[in-house]
Amino acid sequence: MTITQGGPHSTVDQTSAKRGMNLTLRIWRQSNPSVKGKMVTYKVSDISPDMSFLEMLDVLNEQLIMQGDDPVAFDHDCREGICGMCGVMINGQAHGPQQTTTCQLHMRSFKDGDSIDIEPWRASPFPVIKDLAVDRRAFDRIIQAGGYISVPTGTAPEAHSTPVPKKDSDAAFDAATCIGCGACVAACPNASSMLFTAAKVTHLGLMPQGQPERDDRVVNMVHQQDLEGFGGCTNIGECSASCPKGISMETISRLNHDLLGALRAGARPKS
Amino acid sequence: MSLELFNVGEPIADTTAPADVEIGERWSERKFRGRLVNPANRRKMSIIVVGTGLAGGSAAATLGEAGYKVKSFWFQDSPRRAHSVAAQGGINAAKNYRNDGDSVHRLFYDTVKGGDFRSRENNVHRLAEVSVNIIDQCVAQGVPFAREYGGLLDNRSFGGTQVSRTFYARGQTGQQLLYGAYQALERQIAAGNVEQNARTEMLDLIIVDGRARGIVARDLVTGEISTHYADAVVLATGGYSNVFYLSTNAMGSNTTAIWRAHKKGAYFANPCYTQIHPTCIPVKGDYQSKLTLMSESLRNDGRVWVPKERGDTRDPREIPEDERDYYLERLYPAFGNLVPRDIASRQAKNVCDEGRGVGPGGLGVYLDFAEAIKRLGRATVEAKYGNLFDMYAQNTGEDPYAVPMRIYPAVHYTMGGLWVDYDLQSSIPGMFVIGEANFSDHGANRLGASALMQGLADGYFVLPATITEYLADGPFEKVDDSHPAAVEALQGVQSQVQKLLSINGTRTPASFHRELGKLMWDLCGMERSEESLRKALDRIPEIRQEFWTNVKVSGDWHSFNQTLEQAGRVADFIELAELMCVDALHRNESCGGHFRAESQTPEGEALRDDENFAYVAAWEWTPENQPPVLHREALEYEYVHLAQRSYK
Repeated sequence: MTITQGGPHSTVDQTSAKRGMNLTLRIWRQSNPSVKGKMVTYKVSDISPDMSFLEMLDVLNEQLIMQGDDPVAFDHDCREGICGMCGVMINGQAHGPQQTTTCQLHMRSFKDGDSIDIEPWRASPFPVIKDLAVDRRAFDRIIQAGGYISVPTGTAPEAHSTPVPKKDSDAAFDAATCIGCGACVAACPNASSMLFTAAKVTHLGLMPQGQPERDDRVVNMVHQQDLEGFGGCTNIGECSASCPKGISMETISRLNHDLLGALRAGARPKS
Repeated sequence: MSLELFNVGEPIADTTAPADVEIGERWSERKFRGRLVNPANRRKMSIIVVGTGLAGGSAAATLGEAGYKVKSFWFQDSPRRAHSVAAQGGINAAKNYRNDGDSVHRLFYDTVKGGDFRSRENNVHRLAEVSVNIIDQCVAQGVPFAREYGGLLDNRSFGGTQVSRTFYARGQTGQQLLYGAYQALERQIAAGNVEQNARTEMLDLIIVDGRARGIVARDLVTGEISTHYADAVVLATGGYSNVFYLSTNAMGSNTTAIWRAHKKGAYFANPCYTQIHPTCIPVKGDYQSKLTLMSESLRNDGRVWVPKERGDTRDPREIPEDERDYYLERLYPAFGNLVPRDIASRQAKNVCDEGRGVGPGGLGVYLDFAEAIKRLGRATVEAKYGNLFDMYAQNTGEDPYAVPMRIYPAVHYTMGGLWVDYDLQSSIPGMFVIGEANFSDHGANRLGASALMQGLADGYFVLPATITEYLADGPFEKVDDSHPAAVEALQGVQSQVQKLLSINGTRTPASFHRELGKLMWDLCGMERSEESLRKALDRIPEIRQEFWTNVKVSGDWHSFNQTLEQAGRVADFIELAELMCVDALHRNESCGGHFRAESQTPEGEALRDDENFAYVAAWEWTPENQPPVLHREALEYEYVHLAQRSYK
């Protein structure tokens, strides 16, 4: 494997960069949802610290294909930390040791000789499709339950007709950066989707445009996450600590506040 | 031009834009003249929409709201993943909120000029007109655009313009706009107006009695290959930058849907028009799987420079001001660091070719914020670009607040795509193409913050208004799997999949993809010449031949098999690459992103040849071993006068 040298100001340790790392990977293999999975051990060598974690898995998969073995299935797409498609448990942590997406984790976070456990998100509402790929459609169904503002195309008023205080708009943006990767659920001991739901409730609830549906939205989204089988929130905070976008626990307080208000005002989930 | 490369067919023209009224009236006139479909009849009609990015997501949602039965397809797990999500900088609109002289006409003018006079005036004017509606729509959806302290929307500047008309949501504008469209789409799914087909990839188009009537698709989880029918088909499947293997596109972005539609008769227009984005993180090693863009918005405050001396390997912070060359400011004093993308990219290549590049392999230039941090303070820079700086730090292990970023151009967007008329209908009746997948609005170079504008214009406002003219003749006769056209398409897909699995050669699909990509970058990239293109055209058929005899795809077709998905996409990229090189070779002029070494001004700028090349090259597929057929659509400029672009 060719290793490109770092630039004049590179912080990469040049000796380890040239040598490359030898790693032991223990990866969850499960060919489909109906069979039992197991951890299988693989070795990869000469891994550059400048590689992304997924590029390291690409190297493994190229080897496996050439040996006639089944490559490890994992979800990924943009590889720049924004689409939310990737996500695995790395040594028991959602997205690994840094607070970022799996695709943005680089091998400089590991050292030569490390052993790395790689598993899929573990939560029953996210069933395994194959190996490390899971089905996260439950998140879409939570959005379908109310994570929107009802404004058919062409009906919008002039954009400047409703000024929005900058602090509200900024806070709404912070919540709206959730990429729906599912790390919050995977990290939570209860497999709760509260942070995901709260991020959307917060985003839309802070905007004046989101007020008319605010009560129904929170009630229906919370109802849907219960139907999907996500666990309850007990304020542990693992979700926020593992969130690659740093969605804050305050969103959950806001959701609870909105939910209480909505229920007292008589809002009830659609059947 | 030698005859064996291509044959010349009949010229084509757009006949749907009302040419008998002034350009500012054409869109409203088109909407008025087009026939409508009454609400009761809409329920009887179905529309397939492939792709859920800004164009496909907004189209599916809007058509669902209008009452059609929509069938939506995407290959990721959720429609929210489409690669529009990664667009960073912003979206243009002619709101003139800055009171700086902006107008619909100016946006129209800037876009035609920025596209180096190779786009269709009518389409561009319409784009500028509906741009203002897009912002209204997105704000109403709750998109958290950046705002001023007074609560009104903020703007910033982008390349190729002298007004501030770009609306943005920090460095995540595409994400926020996409979530607006995604939420509207999920609302329609919940309402039962849109049928969802997640993790499903279109593999062929079904044409019955000359009309596009359905698709063949593969369920990527179960592997099942199935047919889907409708009264019209809309492709919103994005661009084909991944023909270069390394690009800023997502790993899954592919040409398969449009390429297979092309092979069924849809003309492919201007395939050689590709955009090389000037500000990307440089390549690090052979293992590299994709490139990461740093938004063009960084050029608002960042200054681009290289050392004056070749081979200067000093720490950039130790290079004194008078030994630095801020080459964009020097060469283009009027636009400075905000020249259009094609120019910024080519100048970066030039300074690196001179041996003044920085970083590994000398393939990089500095993008320096030291002056901006001094002028604005770190907090302001962080508020504006924080997520981009984080991304850079994560990717490179360097702190961009302390040392200048290193950037290098990378393939980012494709202006070419399937040919469409003003109604966005392809050369196959009933098949519409929207967003990056079509060719229509950007000419030979797209201006920054215009891709989001075009995707949403097509999806929210244009297609839903124009498709009614076609559907007014529907619903069409029912089609099912017994129809010979359906049987043929289904069997074609099945046999291709089985063939890929049966070769069992010695090279992975990725290794072919890397080889093709490198060849395209070297020979059909930032600069092309007759020599390089002929070399590529000699080599690509050999790669194709080797692929179909030596590729190794493990596993089977009736399960989740990512290697098989990739193999099918690489096969299509190889064929597309050949057409791109033919197009690039035949276009013996430089324009926008297409820079032919043979055609440049004494200062090294792109030199157009309007006399011979002021046309859209729409290519017709011909069966194997026969040259493609060129149909020319003449471009006429009534409102923006043809001129040599100047940003000096």
